[in-house]
Amino acid sequence: MTTALQPGDVRHRLGRGVDGGIGTDASRPDGTLKATGQFGFSSDLWTEGMIWGATVRSPHPHAAVVSVDVSAALGMPGVHCVLTHDDVPGRKTYGLESPDQPVLAIDEVRYQGEPVAVVAADDPETARRGAALVRVEYRLLPLVVDPVAALAPGAPEVHPGGNLVRHVKIRRGDPSARAEVVVSGDYEVGMQDQAFLGTESGMAVPAEDGGVDLYIATQWLHVDRDQVAASLGLPPEKVRLTLAGVGGAFGAREDVSLQIHLCLLALRTGRPVKMVYSRQESFFGHVHRHPARLHYTHGADREGRLVFVHADMVFDGGAYLSSSTAVVGNAATLGAGPYDVPNVSIDVRGAYTNNPPCGAMRGFGAVQACFAYESQMDKLAAALGMHPVDLRTRNAMTEGSSLPTGQVVDSAAPVAELLNRVRVAPMPPVASAGDAAGPTGDAAGPTGDAAGPTGDAAGPTGARSGATGLLPGGVANTTHGEGVVRGVGFAVGFKNVGYSEGFDDYSTARVLLTGAGGRLMASVHSAACEVGQGLVTVEAQIVRSELGVDEVVVETADTQVGSAGSTSASRQTYVTGGAVRAACQAVREELLARAAAVLGLEPDDPDLAEAELVGGKLLCRSGGTVVVADLVEGSPVERTVQWRHRPTEALHPDTGQGRAHVQYSFAAHRAIVDVDVELGLVHVVQIATAQDVGRAMNPAAVVGQIHGGTTQGIGLALMEEIQMADGKVRNPSFTDYLIPTMPDVPPMHVEVLELADPHAPYGLRGVGEAPTLSSTPAVVAAVRAATGRALARVPVRPEHIVFGDLTPQ
Amino acid sequence: MQLQFTVNERPCHVDDVWEGESLLFVLRERVGLWGSKNACEQGECGSCTVLLDGAAVCSCLVAAGQVDGRHVVTVEGLGDRSDLHPVQQAFVDAGAVQCGFCTPGLVVATADLLRRNPSPSDAEIREALAGNLCRCTGYAQILDAVRLAAAVAR
Ligand code: FES
Ligand code: FES
Repeated sequence: MTTALQPGDVRHRLGRGVDGGIGTDASRPDGTLKATGQFGFSSDLWTEGMIWGATVRSPHPHAAVVSVDVSAALGMPGVHCVLTHDDVPGRKTYGLESPDQPVLAIDEVRYQGEPVAVVAADDPETARRGAALVRVEYRLLPLVVDPVAALAPGAPEVHPGGNLVRHVKIRRGDPSARAEVVVSGDYEVGMQDQAFLGTESGMAVPAEDGGVDLYIATQWLHVDRDQVAASLGLPPEKVRLTLAGVGGAFGAREDVSLQIHLCLLALRTGRPVKMVYSRQESFFGHVHRHPARLHYTHGADREGRLVFVHADMVFDGGAYLSSSTAVVGNAATLGAGPYDVPNVSIDVRGAYTNNPPCGAMRGFGAVQACFAYESQMDKLAAALGMHPVDLRTRNAMTEGSSLPTGQVVDSAAPVAELLNRVRVAPMPPVASAGDAAGPTGDAAGPTGDAAGPTGDAAGPTGARSGATGLLPGGVANTTHGEGVVRGVGFAVGFKNVGYSEGFDDYSTARVLLTGAGGRLMASVHSAACEVGQGLVTVEAQIVRSELGVDEVVVETADTQVGSAGSTSASRQTYVTGGAVRAACQAVREELLARAAAVLGLEPDDPDLAEAELVGGKLLCRSGGTVVVADLVEGSPVERTVQWRHRPTEALHPDTGQGRAHVQYSFAAHRAIVDVDVELGLVHVVQIATAQDVGRAMNPAAVVGQIHGGTTQGIGLALMEEIQMADGKVRNPSFTDYLIPTMPDVPPMHVEVLELADPHAPYGLRGVGEAPTLSSTPAVVAAVRAATGRALARVPVRPEHIVFGDLTPQ
Repeated sequence: MQLQFTVNERPCHVDDVWEGESLLFVLRERVGLWGSKNACEQGECGSCTVLLDGAAVCSCLVAAGQVDGRHVVTVEGLGDRSDLHPVQQAFVDAGAVQCGFCTPGLVVATADLLRRNPSPSDAEIREALAGNLCRCTGYAQILDAVRLAAAVAR
């Protein structure tokens, strides 16, 4: 699976002679604990004397809070306290980018599910019943739930000052450029949920100093701490956070959910307080992926060279800001796709509405744009009579390309290479000869090209896919192959890595090297949140490789060390990885200084600078050898280092020009689907994907990220949507909000490229998000190819397949 | 209500159980076995899977009262860190664990599958584990783990 084209040239004096260093499939330090059920998740916290919290939420999407009567709840045996906004001692609002969201509703609720009061009681059932006894009188207010209508003059205002969250404009080249072939389209992306399996949960424990200790599943401990401290009216040092086991995140834990509520209850009652959201409450308890409407026009010359891209997008930010401004920025800066386009005009607006707040989800603004621009590329290819991959490779960005923002791409951008790899990837096993499939029945030939110049369908498949043994409808056996048509689709996308637009994006790591009885041990401590992706594995791998030490312990993340930034934006391996490497290098400096003293060398002796750490020994060129464990025995070396990536800069407010991003991550997908065109059911038969990761720090984990990200993209293409009606969520459960199950996910052919980014630690590229982008448009393109339907909206529903508009011929 | 049942081959006695409690709640909050997870408590995710008299069930759907006098095996009963069950070992070795919230349920469901069918085809694995959601892995490495566990057992 791994194809190293140019392995990163980064083996700068790495330690040797240890197993489990970078580039290996080192196993997770928490793997056996998780497989035996002994790993402590945030929902498993327990301490003597703890009580339970529950939340009272608004049933209305927009209403004035006329009165809150807590007396019946307070009178219930087992209830310890009921808190409203009056009980928030500090700042009464919070928020990632701007504190606009009430900790508990003040005089108005702006979305269904907004917290109004919190209750603490002896046990979860009593807490729930107590919450049900809190009587809130509401007066309904006018609703605005359509983001386009919300931006129109005279719309009801969700917040004073209007409903426009941010308008980002990108302008490059000639706004009135004309082209020989022009295609346009209106696209729509539904509201996707992160649907991590471990719901919001945590425990707050009041401390003797008047502060509080919070054990919590989150993505960024320090940004939580600062928001909690502000609302409690406490100095940040009195609010100490420790990461509890995280059951997935995908962006949904970037915003505060129950953190402040837990601490308020604990400080009021003087007892440890635990809360665990139910699945239903979880749907109301975190932000979702922004639904978006996207209008695009692409123009090209007859040879298929892009002349212009015009885009106008509206993102529904819901009732509060969360990270909408950054999401909108990503959609704009990445909105033309990974292509060279001389003339670009992009407008992206975010809107406040009375829908649930939307914020971070894997792909963060790039997902919505990618669905639209890739759908457009297929439309353009059809208009030109070109193969969709040929059109894309003709326009593919390369290293040295300049983006619509003017930013020059200064490391590998293997867009064409990735597309070509998925194009020729092995095809899925097909039904045996003699099946009903007929002469064209096996769809695309061995190169994926037989689908015809426009990537069209290849006729009825008629037989079960050899890969999963399933047809559309799965084990429900809704067809024996009649009415089933196979289609092939391609897409490519790109995502920025790290925080952008001038954000001071850094991490902090502490590395401690100790020796006892000749045994060398290291520990690494950061506040970086392991959410399942495997950062803890990579941190240990870096320490092993840098310091040549076998035994490495990764300390639990907490706020006792400086901020690591967020586990978001595919950034932790890059940024915290960079910090861990830098801390190791600082430790190495100290080892060299000590070795110099032992060997009788000057500290700046070149022999030392060249020394290697091999199997716990420091070897100098000249033959001098020091056992590292002896150097640190009784006198450990500890170094804490703060590390930043290259600075980025803000976008120009009128033209969107600026070096906004630090790095890009590229992936391409080919999807092969079988569609029951009569019932509108889709079975994904195979996915082929290729991604450049710069350096695969842990190849098995990299592939796991690619599988998982691709699967979330399949979900968005075919099934995942929070369905809203008049501001209310219709499907807040796993019965009604479907995520892909094992039979829904096909075998994946994964190719990993390692084209080192010279600016990044070890040459690595953030991995987690890129696979989520192009899998959605690739799947939809394949369904279009099979059905001839236009399918301009995701998720695609059966009725769109059976009754939707046909693609104009 | 009082309950008397066997958990992981140990007799277990619980007092003051309210009729609305599920087996999952009893295991987690009364017996202190937190290995069984609670991702939906609606029978949709499989994270709470345990063996009840040898058959895999969603413990969130089993009323506590139903287990009186019966035998329950949880993920903790299959093996522990010093003595991993082959399925647990396979999940670790295949890289099938990311956040791990789905893992206990999948381990129990896989052990149940392999007991019934020691050499399942991929299609049989997909069908048997269709009720166990995983949001992190895309299932490929889970499929690898099940194949690996089956191969090791042969
Ligand atoms: S918690 Fe039992 S099936 Fe989800
Ligand atoms: S590993 Fe996270 S849900 Fe499966």
